Amino acid sequence: MTQHPILEIKGLHKRFADHHVLRGIDFSVAPGERVAIIGGSGSGKSTFLRCMNFMETPSEGEVWLDGTRIGTERNGRVTYPEKQLCSVRERLGMVFQQFNLFPHMTVIQNVMEGLVTVKGMPKAEARRIAEAELAKVGLSEKHDAWPGRLSGGQQQRVAIARALSMQPEVLLFDEPTSSLDPELVGEVLRVINTLAGEGRTMLLVTHELGFAYHFATKVIFLADGVFHEVGTPDEVLKNPQKPRTQDFLRRFGEFAF
Amino acid sequence: MTYSWDFRPVLEHFDMLALGLLNTVKIAAVSIVLGVLVGLVLAMMRLSSRRWLSWPAAVFVEFYRNTPPIVHFFWFFYAFPVLLSVSMSPYVAAVLALSTQSGAFYAEVFRGGIVSVERGQWEGGRALGMTHAALMRRVIVPQAVSRMVPPFIERSFELLKTTALASTLAYADLLYQAMLVNSETSRPPEVYTTIALMYLVLLVTASQLARLAEARLTAYQ
Repeated sequence: MTQHPILEIKGLHKRFADHHVLRGIDFSVAPGERVAIIGGSGSGKSTFLRCMNFMETPSEGEVWLDGTRIGTERNGRVTYPEKQLCSVRERLGMVFQQFNLFPHMTVIQNVMEGLVTVKGMPKAEARRIAEAELAKVGLSEKHDAWPGRLSGGQQQRVAIARALSMQPEVLLFDEPTSSLDPELVGEVLRVINTLAGEGRTMLLVTHELGFAYHFATKVIFLADGVFHEVGTPDEVLKNPQKPRTQDFLRRFGEFAF
Repeated sequence: MTYSWDFRPVLEHFDMLALGLLNTVKIAAVSIVLGVLVGLVLAMMRLSSRRWLSWPAAVFVEFYRNTPPIVHFFWFFYAFPVLLSVSMSPYVAAVLALSTQSGAFYAEVFRGGIVSVERGQWEGGRALGMTHAALMRRVIVPQAVSRMVPPFIERSFELLKTTALASTLAYADLLYQAMLVNSETSRPPEVYTTIALMYLVLLVTASQLARLAEARLTAYQ
């Protein structure tokens, strides 16, 4: 437990115009930890995740990756050089609710894209890696398909393969199953579960509380832009101490642990 | 009263009309190429987050959208040379008018194509660690281009038809040549029907070519 954190957040605030979404968050992730972030809609859980890889720029606070502070502070103002953000994002893979695959590229081109364009890898080598990642998510036979021809579940698995191809140190999942038809949720969760078995560091924003219970080493209940309750899956999901958490879990109804 | 149609006098002067058609195609082609360059510069200015770049481009575009095309022709032919103390041929004035007009509209086409690419595409590329330049080149522009094709073609057809206004500057385009043939033959129904059909054939041919190009550029959709 005393392991040096891979990712650390200090005093994070995020405001959109006059909407104060995140109100002071301190957080750290140790290598191998799997954190599930739950909360009602509008609680700021996606925004929180998106601040990690600067899909959103924090209004206040510090982000540290593997002991290095991201951004340069001068006269109280923080600037984020593009080069540094690119390397941070390269190291933190992200999977989106809407997949965000590139529709003008085939499945394998999608998975190769980061390797070739960002890492500057030769195409043959990138193809080998992409093939291996696609095999891992069970889509070996879809190499040359256009993403638009795949089911939502298949698209999300390609997106996971694309994120994995970069060998990220941390994986960020932003509601990866929320836009899927119910019968397709399982195949995506199974893939995420496989990754858990490999000891990867992962952050998952989700509404799948049953999955979160089995997947996570730590669960965070976010409400009103702060960590309302934090603990093990048993603590937060089975024996929540705070009324607000209890209320949230009750409203989500029954789920199988 | 019945008019007795006779196309023979017109066909005897067909070489003049053919020259006019050639000049029409020439001025349209040159103006499309220059218009694309003007449009690219304006679009990049408008997409910039720097106000001193985006604002002048927006004013330029609005100016052209809200003034009649023929005024631009007159301005470049009669006003511009006075300001610069140079003489200007009808051809150059017409090219300037056409390419700035189409540039203003192309700028909107290009900008519209870029902003129509969903936010998720920007995020998908960024999350992989792409720089802004790589993201534009690999993800945004390829998708934007296929969406720009239909409105781009539409604007180019507009330009092709607007070339007829160059005749008011005595540029020897198809319409101007028709006026000459008309004064020689005094057969307005035949002359103007003939050139209407020539414009029609020109535009239908161009639209067939455009459809081929469009099919190639939007293959993945």
